[in-house]
Amino acid sequence: MALTCIQHCQRCTSLLRSRSVGITTLQYSTDAQHWPAALWNSFIVPVLPSLLQRSPNPSQTRQRWNLGVRSYCESHAKVQPSQTKHRNTDELPGTDMVSYQNPVSHQLIDGGMLLKEWQTAFDLDDAPGHSALEEISHEEAVRMDIPAALPPVSISLKDYVNESETLGKLVQLGVQLWKLEQRPNVGSMLLRLDFQTDVTPRLVFLKQLGVEDSRLGYLISHNPFILTESLENLQARVAYLRSKKFSAESVASMVSRAPYLLNFSVKRMDNRLGFYQQQLGLSAQKTRDVVARLPRLLCGSLETVKENLKICKLEMGFRENELQHIVTVIPKVLTANKRKLTQIFDYIHNTMNIPHDLIVKFPQVLNAKYLRIKERHLFLQYLDKAQYDPAKPNYICLDKLVSLPDEAFCTEVASATLKDFELFQKTM
Amino acid sequence: MARPSVRVFHKLEGLFSIYKPPGVHWKLVRDTIETNLLKGINAAPPPAPRQRVQFLAESTSVVAEGSNELTLSAASVPALAHHPLGEALHIHIGVGVGHRLDVFSSGVLVLGVGQSNKALTDLYRSHVTRDYTLEGELGMATDNFSHTGRLIERTTYDHITRDKLERVLAMMQGSNQKALLTYSKVDMSTQGAYELAVKGELRPDGKSPPIMTGLRLLHFQPPHFTLEVQCLNETQRYLCRILHEVGLELRSTAVCKGVRRTRDGPFTIQHALTHQHWTSPDVIQAIRQYRSSRKASKAKHTQPGKDTGTASQRQEMAEEAAVTGDSHRLHSVLTSKAFGS
Repeated sequence: MALTCIQHCQRCTSLLRSRSVGITTLQYSTDAQHWPAALWNSFIVPVLPSLLQRSPNPSQTRQRWNLGVRSYCESHAKVQPSQTKHRNTDELPGTDMVSYQNPVSHQLIDGGMLLKEWQTAFDLDDAPGHSALEEISHEEAVRMDIPAALPPVSISLKDYVNESETLGKLVQLGVQLWKLEQRPNVGSMLLRLDFQTDVTPRLVFLKQLGVEDSRLGYLISHNPFILTESLENLQARVAYLRSKKFSAESVASMVSRAPYLLNFSVKRMDNRLGFYQQQLGLSAQKTRDVVARLPRLLCGSLETVKENLKICKLEMGFRENELQHIVTVIPKVLTANKRKLTQIFDYIHNTMNIPHDLIVKFPQVLNAKYLRIKERHLFLQYLDKAQYDPAKPNYICLDKLVSLPDEAFCTEVASATLKDFELFQKTM
Repeated sequence: MARPSVRVFHKLEGLFSIYKPPGVHWKLVRDTIETNLLKGINAAPPPAPRQRVQFLAESTSVVAEGSNELTLSAASVPALAHHPLGEALHIHIGVGVGHRLDVFSSGVLVLGVGQSNKALTDLYRSHVTRDYTLEGELGMATDNFSHTGRLIERTTYDHITRDKLERVLAMMQGSNQKALLTYSKVDMSTQGAYELAVKGELRPDGKSPPIMTGLRLLHFQPPHFTLEVQCLNETQRYLCRILHEVGLELRSTAVCKGVRRTRDGPFTIQHALTHQHWTSPDVIQAIRQYRSSRKASKAKHTQPGKDTGTASQRQEMAEEAAVTGDSHRLHSVLTSKAFGS
């Protein structure tokens, strides 16, 4: 195994000596992965002093940055010949070394390395040109470009954000990296992205769609995978939504409110739209309205929606047309928590004795908080004002019961002070 | 020099009481308040982004091959690692709960923030009593002693009068008083014990089962009745059981329809925050109030000769002591070091 290693080294050295600054793809066997880490270390150390003599170049630092998370041995690889596939290397002066780019990056944790990345140019037969203890002049020392001591593996993106262009620009956009780094693999994925080729086209696409600048940060914080979705797919999905006669503004608002929307395939979206239209029995325009108001209907699972519909029909006993009306006014009923929905309905129908048709007239009560309805109803009952039948005098509108803020409710509906209401709350 | 968020942290050191509504788990309440306090802290204006110094070499065009001069320029670059948009300033703050309330009950719940959690443990080790209002209904018996449980038995209750109920309550109070005397481990034949008992300051020494120090009938309209209880070391389930036993003593049955804690040590229902006031500014105000009341009571207790100025003040103090019976205990706790400055 060591023999093949040496042969590879010699090949590297010869390439290096010939100063080929072009595209070189060297095919290596993958058995290098099994090489013990100690072996790597012993090869690389003597190389370093000879490779340190080079002029500093900030753009090199930037390009070098595009590596992503690497093992420590690889940081030495920065001063090794490159395997540039599509980066330009023209700005490099005529030095021995070119910057190291590896477009295919791997997260290596325990120092194991793929041979592709190990391109030490040294020949075991050559004596090293410079030793580490050699004295160099002050100017040379200053000219030396020491790569940033970035930790090879880190649990936080804080260590890399100062160096990485992508992360820096994302932070300035308002992306909450502290949330994203907690998700598995997302941090490494973001580090590997290149700002110019990956991120910028997608941001431009979203802007052209109509998503506002202030929402871009929110979008990426919730769905970082939009930056890895292919542009053709994104365009196809938007074209599909437009073909279903969603206006441009509604598509923009749907995308900004449901960050995962464009990651779903056309087939899945089509399936869901068909389901809603068929199950609810609504016209195309009304379905469009419902979906535009609650875009996450297209993202989540259909099972919960089916269960909610069953509960509304069987447990609560709403008829088809009543259900249609409720859903067009409050689409959230389709994704509400079943337990809370039944609790509220039980209280409204059985304790407050409100009939179905009144509930259908004011579906907002199903969206309100249970505690709020209970407290306000008991307060009105205490004041002998709990009368919800429109036919009788002193009728209290359910809409006002639920949607008014506390002060307005106390003064208008209950004709009491806020203090009285708070004192009553403490007797519950 | 301190960041605005750190200043808000300092304002939050203290104890405060909230009114827990029925049907909510106490943990949810504590989590909601912690989230609201964190929102308040993070809403403080973030500090200016920190700068870091990066050394950049001069461009290569300046440096000729033969030149010996090489200068580095220092540039101050913002450190993005601590950019306000990319970092959550605070994601955890310690909010501790005093004596817990179960889902069924409601009432005063004492919470402490940060360092004051130590004061919380001290407060409860000092055997402060708690006041409850229990609402009961005669004629039913359920498996968990409350009206939400599975019904086991129905009985008649026409024979029950107010008089009989009060006799049963007096009997229960008597047995509890005996238990208190046994657990307080004082020698009954001493003068000191007598004085403590007269003032109502007898307390159990160490661990004890739930003891009711006061029991009173507030309201009786069959089948509904309301009791007021002052107790130590209790749980809400125990109180529901008390109601059940009251029903059994009256040769009928009773269930508990509501347990409401009206006082928890020195924290009364008057200053408890209702759920619309569980926000950062209201909590800060409640803590400020608590701190000032603590300072006032400290001043009162450290100047015994001076404060007996007006007769009304003395009466007020005596009333307080009689009702709560905790003034001595409270004084020792409030002036202890754990409460801080």
